[in-house]
Amino acid sequence: MLTELHTNKRLQLVLGLVAGIAFGFLLQKGGVTTYDVILGQLPLTDFTMVKVMLSAVVTGMIGVYALRSLGLARLHPKSGSVGTTVVGGLIFGVGFAVLGYCPGTISGAIGQGSLDALIGGTVGILLGSWLFATFSPKLQKPVLSKGEFGPLTLPELLKVNAWAVVIPAAVILTAFLFALERTGW
Amino acid sequence: MEWLGMKQWSPYVVGIGIGMLSWLTFVLSDKPIGCSMAFARFSGMIERVFRGEKTLAKPYFKRYVPEITWDVMLVIGIVIGSFASALLSEQFQLTWVPSLWAATFGSAYFPRLLVAVIGGVLMGAGARWADGCTSGHGISGTLQLAVSSWLAVACFFAGGIVAAFVIFRVLGA
Repeated sequence: MLTELHTNKRLQLVLGLVAGIAFGFLLQKGGVTTYDVILGQLPLTDFTMVKVMLSAVVTGMIGVYALRSLGLARLHPKSGSVGTTVVGGLIFGVGFAVLGYCPGTISGAIGQGSLDALIGGTVGILLGSWLFATFSPKLQKPVLSKGEFGPLTLPELLKVNAWAVVIPAAVILTAFLFALERTGW
Repeated sequence: MEWLGMKQWSPYVVGIGIGMLSWLTFVLSDKPIGCSMAFARFSGMIERVFRGEKTLAKPYFKRYVPEITWDVMLVIGIVIGSFASALLSEQFQLTWVPSLWAATFGSAYFPRLLVAVIGGVLMGAGARWADGCTSGHGISGTLQLAVSSWLAVACFFAGGIVAAFVIFRVLGA
């Protein structure tokens, strides 16, 4: 673990910016910063977005788990609960279809000149985030805390070695992508 | 360097590139890529302009301090990176209304902006509610095999597919 690098605040800001530039460049080249491509995914007519996501997941998963086995990286799985993950996820999904961008791709859409992203969507996301930040203490007990399961990973849930999930998951997701191509999606 | 000016790359090249980028962020910054947190921090920074230090007393902003952090720089970087890519492929263009929207609902910009604000409010609240978005849960969380992230992605797509159906097949029909 490069702990010294991780605690260098100023350098981390530079690394964040560089990672963002690379991420934004890739998103734009993938076409997923475009409303038409994102809303083509939701009625399942254009699979560009799923192809980008799943190939990122397979590549990232193998690499990050390998780096973890080598002691160079640690995992940061997020805690979840039915009240946060399911309720929030469904609200997010509806917003996703209505807006046609997500928080990452909207930043890319701004970069390529989409004014509905800059003037409409960004204002909305800022307002929505602020509303949640403001009212989340009131939601904590009645909603957010329901059905908590913590920062659990699938290998922990199944009580197996991580690679016993990583390898089959990589095979299944890759096979799914091949099947998509074979059927002409 | 012709490939830098191409309009679109294979989604697999892009996906593999994003996956490899995540190796780097885990090793060099001990961080998964995620974008929605930055918007919550920006909203806190704006509130701070009006309400000053009282903003920082809110429990949410105590936990996620509204200041310039790694994730905020990441989002600023995305705008720059996408701008560079669009310039190199001569795709940069100021547009008010996406073409798919215009084909269904017309090219007037006010309705699109209004709907984008409404969608943005739902998405911003939903992302913070679920503690992640399409990148934080959808890519970074699923690649770590987090149970929360796989469940979140299923809900993102469930909500999104139903809402897209209502918008384009019911309202737009």
